[in-house]
Amino acid sequence: MNTRSPVLAAALAATLLLSSCAGAGEVDDAADADLDVAPGVTDDSVLIGTHQPLTGPAAPGYSQISAGAGAVFDYINDNGGIHGREIVYHVEDDAYDPTNTVEVTQDLVHREEIFAMVGGLGTPTHSKVVDFLNREGVPDLFVSSGALMWNQPDEYPLTYGYQVDYTREAKIQGEYIKENFPDADVGYLHQADDVGSDSQAGLDQYLKDQVVTVEAYESGQDDIGAQVEALDDAGAELVVCSCVPSYVAMMILEAQRIDFDPQFVVSSIGGDTITLSGLLEEFTKDTDAEGVPADALLDDLITTGYLPQVEQEEDPWIELFTEIHGEYIEDVVFSNTTIYGMAQAAKFAQVLEAAGQDLTRQTLIDALGENEFSGPGLVPFSTADDDHAGFIGAYISRFQTGEEPEILQEVRVTDNGDGPIEEFELDRPGPDEVAPFAGLD
Amino acid sequence: MTRLSQRSSRSPAQDGGAAARPGGPRGLGAVVARWNALPMLARHGAAALAAFLGIVLLTSATDSLADLRIASVGFSMLAVAGLGLLVGMSGQISLGHGAFMFIGAYTMALLVIHQPAFPLWFNLLLSIAVSCVAGVLVGAATARLHGPYLAGATLALAVGLPALALRFPEFLGGSNGLSFTTRGAPPGLAELVPATRWQAWGVWLAVLLALVVLANIGNGRLGRRMRAIRDDETAAALAGLRVGRIKVLAFVISAGCGGLAGALQAYLLGTATPSTFGVALSLTLLAVLVLGGLGSLWGALWGALALVYIEVWGDELAHALALDTDVANNLPIVLYGVLLIAIVLIWPGGIHGALRHLGSRLRPRS
Repeated sequence: MNTRSPVLAAALAATLLLSSCAGAGEVDDAADADLDVAPGVTDDSVLIGTHQPLTGPAAPGYSQISAGAGAVFDYINDNGGIHGREIVYHVEDDAYDPTNTVEVTQDLVHREEIFAMVGGLGTPTHSKVVDFLNREGVPDLFVSSGALMWNQPDEYPLTYGYQVDYTREAKIQGEYIKENFPDADVGYLHQADDVGSDSQAGLDQYLKDQVVTVEAYESGQDDIGAQVEALDDAGAELVVCSCVPSYVAMMILEAQRIDFDPQFVVSSIGGDTITLSGLLEEFTKDTDAEGVPADALLDDLITTGYLPQVEQEEDPWIELFTEIHGEYIEDVVFSNTTIYGMAQAAKFAQVLEAAGQDLTRQTLIDALGENEFSGPGLVPFSTADDDHAGFIGAYISRFQTGEEPEILQEVRVTDNGDGPIEEFELDRPGPDEVAPFAGLD
Repeated sequence: MTRLSQRSSRSPAQDGGAAARPGGPRGLGAVVARWNALPMLARHGAAALAAFLGIVLLTSATDSLADLRIASVGFSMLAVAGLGLLVGMSGQISLGHGAFMFIGAYTMALLVIHQPAFPLWFNLLLSIAVSCVAGVLVGAATARLHGPYLAGATLALAVGLPALALRFPEFLGGSNGLSFTTRGAPPGLAELVPATRWQAWGVWLAVLLALVVLANIGNGRLGRRMRAIRDDETAAALAGLRVGRIKVLAFVISAGCGGLAGALQAYLLGTATPSTFGVALSLTLLAVLVLGGLGSLWGALWGALALVYIEVWGDELAHALALDTDVANNLPIVLYGVLLIAIVLIWPGGIHGALRHLGSRLRPRS
């Protein structure tokens, strides 16, 4: 340190002050990040990262996702990896708090130097880092959220959606209800954020005339009795619930308590019946309803989906996932949420395989644009250059205790605007026909 | 500054001798005397400048995650210091300090999103102004309340205010909150200084300027009046102090600090989300204030360091010990709780009290 130090500090402080005269929100469009690089990649490993709620309010249920994904990566690694590279899957806990997400993502990108982000979970959380990831040139694959914002190739060229977005799914639900319950009075119950507004945008395209009431709950609320009673008072005969699992369970219990018995239609984010039945058991503990078999409460529940379900034991992908589950994560419940993570990991493995031996971020993005990645999903999956949607459709099924879910309507696909809904025949290969799984064992 | 640090590195014995000579031009004592003769504002300003230099030097050796954490220490320290002025100096309690951070953060977010051309310093000033107005309203409404009643009223603020974002989802983004991007270094420097580091400097500069103001208030007339009211309200009133006005003023200053801290957080992280500003934040701020030591800006620094780093260290410790996830996830909280209990039991004056105690023991008695 020399005597000029204070002068230097003062000068720097002055520069800071002066430069803060430019608009704080005027961000220059940064030059595109260099993608011909491969941080986190060595000859025998590739490091990927994700942010997940392993603790906090969103952890029950969602913590199975990264467990499932990790198991699939372990399985692949034990069978030689992809192009000789072991997949190192680094899971950071953000407790579903956006502030933490920003911090752990910086950690992943700058300190761990991940090659890509895979399956970052949540809309409030991931929306805070999507700018950062694109600016830093980090491929941001298969965001675990149905928000529409992941599919903006112009703004976020490196971000790709995964699950069917809320509007598409709601359109398919809306059309199905209009065709099959044309006279029913319909009530909506949804989460008062983008889940609710995006879902309603889709439902309203078909059900505008049938809706009798729209009820919303805040994420974090611990009682939705008032909303369920309002649905009852409005005389809803069918309730569309665009809710996460804990609120679906609360809704079912509350309805049962006040003898309100409409047909429930639940979107995929809350439609995992195994998670639901676990929640119902937990919620009814030490109450009058204790001992009522949880599955009985769920009977006839109509749900939408895009992945095969646990009960479909004949499905070749479910067979593979069951085997992986038994071998690697036996103590984690084998639910449709676990399958969600497993399918996501399988999808990423397919992309990594397609990107080839000379892996860079650019070859990964090229591989996404050039290929269609069919299976394990039951619905077509879009990673085209101009459409980063992920799953673009859904099927509709009905839950029945102890049986395979009854498929009420086969897969249909649509867009997230006001385009038509179409039937779709998917050519869906099993794991033995898809690289890298075909080469394993 | 540099000369001071060079001289102070000499051994105390040598300096002690020099100081004994009245008016002696050399030695620590003389420098201290000359230093003390400077006006308070100049002293605090110089100290802040030195601290800023320290931050710049420190961050030039760290990676961007560390820069982010160092900046987090900055705005947390300001929030804690503001609360310290309210609690430690004016003797009022607030369980709702996080609400002012909420106001500051959302003011910043809305300004950046809707008025991108506004400069940062202007946004920061506006955030302070908005939270001060909120402070006036809350302070005026609660000035007559004491103890648990005041705690209850401010707690209601912490619980209720973030719900505003849910009430106006179009404007405030609902539970997903708002996200935006702020500028990094100006074009000429962008190559040399990564955005996060630049933002960390900006945060610390604002924090240090605010701390200079706080330090001046604390050591000046207003601080003395606040302490008089804290110690005996009736006596202070009899001495001619306007108790109500000074209490509200303390609330406003503390609200301004909270608002600025929130605005800096929003600037740094590019997000404002209601869940960040829940009751837990307000209670944590109060807890780290006690942990660090009431009634001193140093205490606020220790508290802010604890707030940011205990979690980091807890995570790293859990990682190093390869603990089960259930244990690992709760380790930082346990660590924090144990530390808080231990500190309060052993040194009721907090970390700063402990350091002072240690310092006075080490100093030779003469």
